[in-house]
Amino acid sequence: MSLAQSPLGRRDDLRAAFGGYLLALADDELVLGHRHSEWTGFAPDIESDVALSSVAQEEIGHARLFYERAGDLLGGTPDDLAYGRAPDGFRNAVLVERPNGDWGFTIVRMFLYDRADAVRLDALAGGPVEPLADLAKTLRREEKYHLLYGEQWLRRLAGASGSSKARVQEALDSAWVEAESLFDPVDGHEGLVAAGVIPTAPDAQRAMWSGQVDVILEAIGLRVPEGRRLPKGRPGGVDGHVRDLNGRAGRHTADLRILLEEMTSVWRTEPGAKW
Amino acid sequence: MVTQAGPTEQAIWEVLRTINDPELPIAITDLGLIREVEVEGARARVTMVPTFSACPAIGVIRQDIRARVLTLPGVEEVEVELSFAEPWTMKRMTERGREQLRQHGLSVPPRLGGGEVTCPFCGSTNTTLENPFGTTLCRAIYYCRDCKNPIERFRSPSD
Repeated sequence: MSLAQSPLGRRDDLRAAFGGYLLALADDELVLGHRHSEWTGFAPDIESDVALSSVAQEEIGHARLFYERAGDLLGGTPDDLAYGRAPDGFRNAVLVERPNGDWGFTIVRMFLYDRADAVRLDALAGGPVEPLADLAKTLRREEKYHLLYGEQWLRRLAGASGSSKARVQEALDSAWVEAESLFDPVDGHEGLVAAGVIPTAPDAQRAMWSGQVDVILEAIGLRVPEGRRLPKGRPGGVDGHVRDLNGRAGRHTADLRILLEEMTSVWRTEPGAKW
Repeated sequence: MVTQAGPTEQAIWEVLRTINDPELPIAITDLGLIREVEVEGARARVTMVPTFSACPAIGVIRQDIRARVLTLPGVEEVEVELSFAEPWTMKRMTERGREQLRQHGLSVPPRLGGGEVTCPFCGSTNTTLENPFGTTLCRAIYYCRDCKNPIERFRSPSD
């Protein structure tokens, strides 16, 4: 069954909103995949180097699959969508565009993100849009390795001696608010939930995520940060201006612009180039 | 009017059996990547189930399939579609495929899942996981405590 034959049917509003939602998922995977790939050659040991490179390869591959399906609804090839948009056209959560910082932040972000990804893949897998449900079930099996890997490292860092635990706690505290924003809605999200296209509302998904994450953090001996979530995002610097950040609405940090400038440089020099 | 007969599904399957995975020395049919072959006149349609959806070899395999099936008499169009309707599991791999991967030096799980990680060099099961990620998405790295060799273990997506 194609997307057109699904419950999205002839509802243009739902098709546009769902295309936007898939774009957000693809952007999350692409941008985080790019961040993970920055560890290639620099990770703390050779095993982590191989692991992060593999996870990066996989996230970027998943992004491609979501871009294909977003393109079916919105137009454009995966390359057009990945390389051809300005930063404010990206719908990724701000969390994934933050620079890697130290290994602790990378692991904390990976753990929080992959847990969130699992929740939304579960929702899509149980949804009525068959091609997306099939895809979500496939990705979920692959992502399980990422989940285990992130959790294992988190446990290791939290249980290590010296400043390790304090640093990982600090990373957790700084990532927390933006991790909650992974569940911020895209344009038209309410309509998608009302029509049953996405079976679980963002707040319910966030609550599921938080429930799972809290249990693991407590078991590992880390403090669950206080919910400091501000409804309209939080102030941050964008090109020197302070404004509300909201990745799902295209309001990003300067870090995304820098990342995209690097990532799209070949494509911009020679559009359509293959390498 | 004389119409040329299109290819048979069987002829296409035979061609597919001669195409190897670019990263593993086994045929894509032994790896269980092909789900269905359909023929409609001069049009052939091959449905593929990738082991890992992000495997970078998928593009090469699709190209290979297209190029090779197009050499069959009567074929004018070849479509290679990816399907996620049913997952790739070890069950899709043939016994011959498993044996070829073992010959290649990989440790290979049984087709019905589970099983200990056996060292392909000395046969010991005194092995330990070094890294759930390896040189390709479908491999993990183990270590043999008896013969002290690192082991590449074929892995499938997790259930």
